[in-house]
Amino acid sequence: MTILLYLVPAALGLGLLALAAFMWSLKSGQFEDLDGAAYRILNDDDVRSE
Amino acid sequence: MNLDLAVEGISSADAIAEIERALSVIPGLTQARLNFTTRRLSTEWIKASFNPSPAISTLENLGYRVAPFTGDAEESEEDRYTRWLLRCLVVSGFAGINVMLLSVSIWAGNVTDITPETRDLFHWLSALIALPAAAFSGQPFFYKALRALRQGDMTMDVPISIGITLALAMSVYETAHHAEHAYFDSALMLIFFLLSGRVLDHAMRKKTRSAAANLNALRIPIASRIEADGRITEIPSDALMAGDMILIAPGSLVPADGVIESGRSQIEASLVTGETEPKSVKPGDLVFAGTFNQNGALTLRVSAAGSRTVMADIEKLIHEALTSRSRYVQIADRVARLYAPVVHIAAAVTAMAWIAVGATVHDALVIAIAVLIITCPCALALAAPVVQVITAGALFQKNILIRSGDMIERMAEIDTIIFDKTGTLTLPEPSLIDASALTPEALMMAGRLALSSHHPLARAICETVREKGTVLKPYTDVQEITGSGVSCIIDGVEARLGHPTFCNVHAPIWTDNRSCIAFRYGKMAGLIFVGQKLRADAFEVINSLKARGYRILILSGDHERIVKDVADHLNISEWHAAMSPKEKCDFLTRLKDQGQQVLMIGDGLNDAPALAAATASLSPATGADVTQAAADAVFTGKSLVPVLDLLVLTQKGRRVMIENFGLALIYNLIAVPLAVFDYVTPLIAAAAMSGSSVIVALNALRARRAEGLSS
Repeated sequence: MTILLYLVPAALGLGLLALAAFMWSLKSGQFEDLDGAAYRILNDDDVRSE
Repeated sequence: MNLDLAVEGISSADAIAEIERALSVIPGLTQARLNFTTRRLSTEWIKASFNPSPAISTLENLGYRVAPFTGDAEESEEDRYTRWLLRCLVVSGFAGINVMLLSVSIWAGNVTDITPETRDLFHWLSALIALPAAAFSGQPFFYKALRALRQGDMTMDVPISIGITLALAMSVYETAHHAEHAYFDSALMLIFFLLSGRVLDHAMRKKTRSAAANLNALRIPIASRIEADGRITEIPSDALMAGDMILIAPGSLVPADGVIESGRSQIEASLVTGETEPKSVKPGDLVFAGTFNQNGALTLRVSAAGSRTVMADIEKLIHEALTSRSRYVQIADRVARLYAPVVHIAAAVTAMAWIAVGATVHDALVIAIAVLIITCPCALALAAPVVQVITAGALFQKNILIRSGDMIERMAEIDTIIFDKTGTLTLPEPSLIDASALTPEALMMAGRLALSSHHPLARAICETVREKGTVLKPYTDVQEITGSGVSCIIDGVEARLGHPTFCNVHAPIWTDNRSCIAFRYGKMAGLIFVGQKLRADAFEVINSLKARGYRILILSGDHERIVKDVADHLNISEWHAAMSPKEKCDFLTRLKDQGQQVLMIGDGLNDAPALAAATASLSPATGADVTQAAADAVFTGKSLVPVLDLLVLTQKGRRVMIENFGLALIYNLIAVPLAVFDYVTPLIAAAAMSGSSVIVALNALRARRAEGLSS
């Protein structure tokens, strides 16, 4: 059962990672415009020729 | 420096690239990003060179209507709350999944070969995750429950909070005593399901709120302020201050209350008083915001005092009326008031009965708490919010924005409908009534010429010609003479559109509540009559409302003759004319006292108190700000059919809601006996709780469709 010593922290750690990732995406406004992103990928205007 | 703009006229996703590309060349603008969901453009500027006018005119040249946002404080607070709820939801979801992982191991281990030590370790690990997570994500319920208890009230939050707390406390106790069962996962799942209902509810409210805010921003008129040095600057009218001098062009809305300094004109005040007949005004007269200046240029001194007195009266009436509405108790709360005592008594009786038949106090308490956990109103608390979200979504597609979910229940109980006339039964903007004096070709020329005019009556002509399917292009080199009309040379001949004298056309003195515009092209000339026109589908909608058994009335501030005309045309026998805001409000209160459930539909400032006093209320999106704020729902577009859709969908919504409560009750009828007789293991609790929630959510989807809905 020593395997639990590795697996339980690993499972919790991964879960926390996902939680942190979601919190970050929420904070950075990625859920503000759910429809626009699908179309934005189709235009190349943001590629600037320097 | 940031500036948010509402953008109207976006029809396809190409607009994102088009708008952002066009704005990339504006000096001082560092970033422009269009939110395609909310139709808002957020811009960032270098503070020193902040000047949004070129950006706005660029967008207007592309064919979009743009308006800056001014006050958004309230909204961001709501946004913060929604985001907090979402955070709570995610935390409870994360913790729930991890605890469930451990629980499944325990359930599997209990029937195979788990050692008591490993089980204890897993239980303690669960406690380690569940306790902080529940303390954090349960806050929305705990706070509301505390507030309700302090006010001596009973809401669904109270049994929820008790259930969560007891489940956790018992689980810790059992864990400390090396027991086989703990309910950490149930507590977290309960929080997760309940929060998802609330997050959905807030997401819906956010959607309608931002749509409504866009509408409002686009409607704020621009005022021309006369500066001390005689220059004229254009500013949003809500930035005006008392003492400012403003110029009001003929054919524009008066942006603020004030006293006329110079100029004479006719003022139409239908939005404020409901009266459609224009009034003559001269220097020294008081005019109010929201009225319409017809034919002369006016200089106005803005008086904050004037705005305060008029608004104060109306706002006081609204406030009084709203307090009576807050006494309405939602179905969910009524259920909670019955439910909570029953459940708690059942749990207590269970404990006593088990002790009576010889169980230990510990065992009896464990069973009693299991009863509380299994009855904790998961499906019950989801029953109403899920339906509210679905119904609001369906209403949104029918051009109706609702302010809160609880209006659905009130709206479904309506048996009497009161219409205001101007702007509600009739179209909010003047439309073309009679142009028989002109040939179709001449009317089309008039329409093209009208495109270059800023006068609102000109828009009526453009609209009519457009409706016939012709694409209108403006003429070049059109001259606009303020107060008179527009003129231009077409094929070497002068064309004029505007005031009858300007076009040298004889006009009748008595125009019967209509305005007339003249058109002349060489020798060809004629009058076009423009005025209030009923919404195209008003007759059909009123008829089908009557067929459904609603009592229909018209209450208007307008003259008897005009109201009677409309009432006769629509076949409405009960109508009252020349009513003041207070009379409307009192009339409504009398109806309510007689036991009628009244829906008030109106757009003017004079309707606002009545809207607040009614059981439920609706306002067109063209209505005054105060009026929209007092209404439960706002509808957009030229059609009256949203009224019918609103009633059909809310009735269906309430029916599904009641079904949902029924389903939750059936779940309890099955689950409670199991808990009382000690057959409930944590596994059964988990399955039963999520099962009932899913069934309730699926049933709610049925609220989208209803018979009698417009296609």
